[in-house]
Amino acid sequence: MKVIETDKLTKKFGSFTAVDSISMEVEKGEIFGFLGANGAGKTTAMRMLCGLSTPTSGKGTVAGFDINKNPEDIKKNIGYMSQKFALYEDLKVWENLRLFGGIYGVPQKEIEPRIDKLLTTLGFMDEKNTMVKALPLGWKQKLSFSASIFHEPKIVFLDEPTGGVDPATRRQFWELIYDASDRGITVFVTTHYMDEAEYCDRVSIMVDGKIEALDSPKNLKSTFNVESMDEVFFQLARGAKNE
Amino acid sequence: MLRYLIEKEFKQIKRDSFIPRLIFMLPIVAMIIFPYAANFDVKNINLSIIDNDKSSYSQSLIQKVQSSGYFRISNVSDNYSEAMESVESDESDLILEIPLNFERDLVKYQKADLMISANAVNGNKGGLGSAYLANIIAEYNGAIRMEHLKIVDNVSIPNMELIPLYRYNPTLKYEVFMVPALLIMILAMVCGFLPAFNIVGEKQSGTIEQINVTPVKKWTFILSKLIPYWIIGYIVLSIGMLIALLYWGLEPLGSLALIYFFATLFIIAFSGFGLVISNYATTVQQALFMMFFFVLTFIFMSGLYTPVANMPPWAQMISNFSPLKYIIEVLRLVYLKGSNLSELRTQLIALISFAVVFYGWAILSYRKTE
Repeated sequence: MKVIETDKLTKKFGSFTAVDSISMEVEKGEIFGFLGANGAGKTTAMRMLCGLSTPTSGKGTVAGFDINKNPEDIKKNIGYMSQKFALYEDLKVWENLRLFGGIYGVPQKEIEPRIDKLLTTLGFMDEKNTMVKALPLGWKQKLSFSASIFHEPKIVFLDEPTGGVDPATRRQFWELIYDASDRGITVFVTTHYMDEAEYCDRVSIMVDGKIEALDSPKNLKSTFNVESMDEVFFQLARGAKNE
Repeated sequence: MLRYLIEKEFKQIKRDSFIPRLIFMLPIVAMIIFPYAANFDVKNINLSIIDNDKSSYSQSLIQKVQSSGYFRISNVSDNYSEAMESVESDESDLILEIPLNFERDLVKYQKADLMISANAVNGNKGGLGSAYLANIIAEYNGAIRMEHLKIVDNVSIPNMELIPLYRYNPTLKYEVFMVPALLIMILAMVCGFLPAFNIVGEKQSGTIEQINVTPVKKWTFILSKLIPYWIIGYIVLSIGMLIALLYWGLEPLGSLALIYFFATLFIIAFSGFGLVISNYATTVQQALFMMFFFVLTFIFMSGLYTPVANMPPWAQMISNFSPLKYIIEVLRLVYLKGSNLSELRTQLIALISFAVVFYGWAILSYRKTE
């Protein structure tokens, strides 16, 4: 079953084409890696899929709803973690989770136990009452991810979730992603780290707003006849203009 | 859903280092200090007197001026240039020139000329000062004529005097006029500026993105921004009214419920306005600057300081678009005159319209999708 489908999705800002006619499909339960250099158009494309930005042209559905017509219905079914930390710094850890649980309509009785369960899984119970602004970046990112899947969405969009995070935390982060995937949540993730690309079921590589390659990491390596995803990326990104 | 959002707003307000203090400080400072500052009663006018006559009549006139309480005699000279100098050096606001032979003319012809010249740089002081002085002279004149006529033939002449009756503010106290309006000014500050910085603050910190990606309804989100300021508005208004009562001894002649009812409409309108600004601004600085521009315009056009009726017709037209004008009218009328709802129909319609337009606009101008 396809949970994301796009057909020639395009976004222009004035004369600049940020996303140039991308078409792709994402299967339910997949971990889909969305790769590309800075400025390749990943964030813009993701914002369109999340209903934060209206496409200039093209069509698409996310969780069965039309991007152009029903962005608010899409929002009910997805979680989103933006590149820039976007939780409330002046709220405590549990207060942020409670807020977003409440907004997504998690029943009131369930919110409290769910917070405790989640924080226990994360090994984070001690920080339940910590003000978010006092957390180190790695923890902020984990909290941010937890908030984005707190309401058990069908799909979660992660925009460079491990940017600026140390290798140990990155590893823990990917464990969280696998957990979510095991529960049936489709994961759509952008990253710069090619080792992370290897963890994905399938990846797409964007160059100058276009999708230049889309396949499993294994197939991509054999197509390009190289050893690692790093080399695949270099071969494709070499031709980029918007770097 | 709304509950969680409002809960969040209150937590944030409570944790703000500044807003909770402002809520208590603003009404106290504004209601106690502003009425003293915003007072157009003119006292301590510096008067330079040129006494060319140096007679007993001129002396008694000077005495009378001095004892009136409005004037401080800065110098008495016998030439105009010296008096002018004292005006130029800012020691005097007003010159009273008593001509040579003042006493003789007065006794002989029952007629003498005096000259008043005023420094009109501070037009208010100059204008009111001359008026006060003219009044004192007229009184003095009356007294002298009485005296003389008595001597001449003991017939009493009818003495006419106007006794003004100032309704609704019998002692013509400026504070009585200002206090109800200042209540609205503090309400406008709190319920206009705070919401104006709120959404734009979320834009700057990036948190709005996390909200925009949720299915939260636009009207719910805007309402969650409005309700806290609504409650804060009630608190500020209540503190202000308490100070008006305890410090100025002013209590509304009309109904308290009516004041709160109209305040509610005003808060919806003005918070809505603040949120509209917040939606259009991309930085807090922009929002601040826009708010200052509009709030100053609204205040000057509202009749807070100067009566709307004194404005030229085009300015009166503009003043119709200031929500402050209507609510200030309501507060003054309810406080001083005890007006009831049926007498405030114009203001009711105007404020309901403002509330609908600004609140609706706030919802429409909030964009969850770019």
